[in-house]
Amino acid sequence: MKNKTEENINDSEPNKETPAYSGVLAVKVDDLTVAYNYKPVLWDIDLEIPEGVLMAIVGPNGAGKSTLIKSILSILKPIAGSVTIYGKPYDKQRKLVAYVPQKGSVDWDFPTTALDVVMMGTYGSLGWIKRPRQKEKKAALEALEKVGMLAFKSRQISQLSGGQQQRIFLARALVQNASIYFMDEPFQGVDATTEIAIINILKELRKAGKTVIVVHHDLQTVPEYFDWVTFLNVKKIATGPVKDIFNDDNLTKTYGINYKVSIQE
Amino acid sequence: MNSAQIEIQLIASLVAIACAIPGTFLVLRKMAMISDAISHSILPGIVIGFFITQDLNSPLLILLAAFTGIITVVLVEYIQKTGLVKEDTAIGLVFPALFSIGVILIAKNANDVHLDVDAVLLGELAFAPFDRLFIGGTDVGPKSLWIIGSILAITIGLLLAFFKELKLSTFDKGLAASLGFSPAIIHYGLMSVASVTTVGAFDAVGAILVVALMIAPAATAYLLTTDLKKMLWLAVSFGVLSAISGYWFAHWLDASIAGSITTMLGFIFLIVFLFAPSKGIIAVMYREKQQRIEVSLLTFLLHLKNHTEERERHVNHLQEHINWQKVRAKTVLDLALKNNMIVLNKNIVSLTEKGDTFTSKAIDYIITNEDAQIEDMKADFFLFRG
Repeated sequence: MKNKTEENINDSEPNKETPAYSGVLAVKVDDLTVAYNYKPVLWDIDLEIPEGVLMAIVGPNGAGKSTLIKSILSILKPIAGSVTIYGKPYDKQRKLVAYVPQKGSVDWDFPTTALDVVMMGTYGSLGWIKRPRQKEKKAALEALEKVGMLAFKSRQISQLSGGQQQRIFLARALVQNASIYFMDEPFQGVDATTEIAIINILKELRKAGKTVIVVHHDLQTVPEYFDWVTFLNVKKIATGPVKDIFNDDNLTKTYGINYKVSIQE
Repeated sequence: MNSAQIEIQLIASLVAIACAIPGTFLVLRKMAMISDAISHSILPGIVIGFFITQDLNSPLLILLAAFTGIITVVLVEYIQKTGLVKEDTAIGLVFPALFSIGVILIAKNANDVHLDVDAVLLGELAFAPFDRLFIGGTDVGPKSLWIIGSILAITIGLLLAFFKELKLSTFDKGLAASLGFSPAIIHYGLMSVASVTTVGAFDAVGAILVVALMIAPAATAYLLTTDLKKMLWLAVSFGVLSAISGYWFAHWLDASIAGSITTMLGFIFLIVFLFAPSKGIIAVMYREKQQRIEVSLLTFLLHLKNHTEERERHVNHLQEHINWQKVRAKTVLDLALKNNMIVLNKNIVSLTEKGDTFTSKAIDYIITNEDAQIEDMKADFFLFRG
């Protein structure tokens, strides 16, 4: 199991600090309904994500967590509802948003290197046709350094471990230099060292005033890692500060069984 | 070499290049079978275009055929999306249907014209130099050369312009979509290029060889490199190499050019499949053998570390204790000695300082589930590999 210790994690108790909640909404979701083949996977979701939070989206398998992120990012088309990023539709705000898909969503045997994958993060700001140049390469190298992967820059991506691949994905999001980061299960299948490295970077992002939204599976670590949480199971169950709403009542409502997670004080 | 021979080789090489470029992306997108589908189902487009224009090289015919190619892709995706059948089944349903329409149209109406099923399947590369393009009365070369040349120029232009977008959407569709590079536009763009190329190459090499020229060079290149640009260059080179060597092979055997080129493609793939430095079958087998020995070495070192008593560390006892056959025990012992991991003193084996450090580190990695690190560590410690 994970053997992280408290001192490995910077400011390990975010729920005790005041979140950098400035009253500005980073993301606003209104009446969002998404269906696959007529079966709703997200039902009438209203969600307000304040700027500057580090938020976990939790819920059982099939709750629509990834679907919610993909709908916010216009990768999926909802059948109803709307999404705004800082008050404007996503199309107009692409450059403010970075996305880390699930690691399993790509083919890691693709013939490319770690550096090249990170460079892909710069494509959005380049737009169509324009090629990445020295400036983009420099940014990618800096992002690799931040996630501790600079030594692996020329490594073919299939030669990296699961944790290293996840760090590459994180670096690719960092290079976008966005205001809002969406991450789909960044801790899935990574070793303890990588998990700590990733959470420290996420906390740094929040400190810099960024908004970070993470699909998360490990309920035990929610109070330790995040300051904001959204419970989701097809419908939105609750959203708010971890210290106020991360309780057995909401967990039971979300997971449908009598859930007991004692929050360590 | 006479000029017709040069022209045939030139056409075959241009076709090979024009096919290798979209082929590389089809292979990486795991869509090799789609090119098979397109190459067959464009037949009705060609036949209908031919009835209208009475000219196998008319641009209208190319457009119509390319359009049928796109319809194939759309139909396959539509059937697949219903969730009732899987993608490969959908492909298997769509292209024979369209292809058979083409076959019936030819049989019913085109008996007395230059369009028959054999030519459609295998092409008529040998006849390509006879159909010439005249501009203002001047002979400027075979029509096929101009057609495939134009298609190739467009393909290269698109590749240079959209290389970044193609790479991104092939590797990570989700990110491409979120960054505003519509994967659908890129997908259908690639499918259009593949369709147009297929039509352009069709007349020269036929429906079956088109598939081989798209897939085989890319599949061969995939085994040799971990860089997309190099993969494209290699695929193009293998295509041209097969085209030219295939031509001379056919010349020597007095056999079908299309068939010989396909044979060369298969032959080159086989060679690379066997001998590729890291992904080839032989390299993989060698590496597995090496790893088996190195795992044995590690087991041996762990045993030495766990047992300080001399009885357990006697050379003769190793055999019965670790339960290895003589040959294996000797291989492992030699490897450990060569790497200065152990010393032998009166047939008693002991770990050296280096061997001890190596073993401790390895144990750490195994306990913390970071076995992958052991491979990196081997590079630091081993003077000789297993």
